Amino acid sequence: MFDTKYTYAVARIRALETGLFTSSVIEQLLACDTEQQCLQIIQEKGWGDADTPLNADAILAREQEKIWETIGELGVDMSVFDVLSYPNLFHNLKAAVKDACTQENGRTMNIYYEDTAVSPDEMLDIIRSKDFSRLPENMAGAARDAYETLLHTGDGQLCDVIIDKAALEAIYEAGKAARDSIIRDYAESVVAVADIKIAVRSQKTAKSIDFMKRAMAPCQSLNVDQLARAAASGMDAIVEYLSGTVYAEGASAIAQSPSAFERWCDNRMMQTMQSQKYESFSVGPLVAYILARENEIKTVRIILSGKQNGFSNDSIRERVRDMYV
Amino acid sequence: MSQLGIVYALLGAALAVLLAGAGSSIGVGIAGQAASGVVSEDPSKFAKVLIMQLLPGTQGIYGLLVGFITLSKIGLLGGGMVDLTPQQGLLVLAACLPIGIVGLISGKYQGMTSAAAIGIIAKKPEQFGKAMLFPAMVETYAILALLISILAVTNLQF
Repeated sequence: MFDTKYTYAVARIRALETGLFTSSVIEQLLACDTEQQCLQIIQEKGWGDADTPLNADAILAREQEKIWETIGELGVDMSVFDVLSYPNLFHNLKAAVKDACTQENGRTMNIYYEDTAVSPDEMLDIIRSKDFSRLPENMAGAARDAYETLLHTGDGQLCDVIIDKAALEAIYEAGKAARDSIIRDYAESVVAVADIKIAVRSQKTAKSIDFMKRAMAPCQSLNVDQLARAAASGMDAIVEYLSGTVYAEGASAIAQSPSAFERWCDNRMMQTMQSQKYESFSVGPLVAYILARENEIKTVRIILSGKQNGFSNDSIRERVRDMYV
Repeated sequence: MSQLGIVYALLGAALAVLLAGAGSSIGVGIAGQAASGVVSEDPSKFAKVLIMQLLPGTQGIYGLLVGFITLSKIGLLGGGMVDLTPQQGLLVLAACLPIGIVGLISGKYQGMTSAAAIGIIAKKPEQFGKAMLFPAMVETYAILALLISILAVTNLQF
């Protein structure tokens, strides 16, 4: 039997999707001469609140908050969205480990995401007191390893690698355990794209195969051993390996330029979400809406910073992501 | 005199009303949730989504109609109750089943189709006509069941 518990939420999201930026709005923003003109357009489209100052950071931060305010109003079980919050949660873990190792008291402001399942203050308290068992199960081991590694070796990168891998594994496990196929697709896509990014960056910085294997999380659509070996032999080998996988388009983006590759990573996620436009009774359209809004905000941020720094339209356009609608 | 025949006949009328009514309530409920979702963001679409919500409500009316015809046929409404054998009562019960069962199932699925079609209205209100056709297709089978139930009940000879 069909589950109809998301009927209200999906219908409301359908109504909200009409407010998402289409590619023509993005073109309108690109055609603006200055950042101020862009800000005026997005404000006319309803971005920010009446009392939000006309500056990019304030408007974009407000829009980011609105995403979760809207989802919270839908009255659905929020635990299905945990997988989407893992990147922020593990980012906070990284920040807390570094703060705990470098400062005796207090915390560095503005490097934490607020509104996470474990609050930044609690996270820092857990790390400082070394009471890792208070963390969620999928974080505790990585937190202990990362903390001890940073304390003994002072290697911040290794600490990041340990936590990033734990984040990818947590996302993948949450995907496998999820009832909704969209969460599985999301998890697979996130982990595979992250592995490809690790391979590309490791190749550019001449990292060893062991380092790559330590950083990459296994997933179904990629063989991390082969990817790591390819990365160790060169960029052409990565492109060749990816050509034989479902990420063949990513291979051509790598060959084109680093920004084209970053753009492809985000566009691929939007492509994965396209099928959710035709779902009426699952959590999929909600997940797709959250990702579409984040993608939209990221694209607007790219355009605004491009305009602010006087980049040419062509170089901004090269970085503009595909929209969901 | 055994009352079993009349009990079967009444059970038929009750099932027609109960099952078809339940189907409609489920369907209208599902479509109503979707309608509320759209109206909470865009109240201007109220009239269009309300029509969509009402589409699965017809099965309940069909069930009521068959119930009335059955009660009238067995003379319960006119005061002159017909003497029915158990076999005749079962015939009435069988005649009532198509609208009861099809009403229940089609009501639920029409509600789901209406909810999906409300998604079309949320995004493309100018496509209202096309959106309405999808749930209307489900209605066909409720009407076919209604037809058979009415023909069967009215043509039974006591």
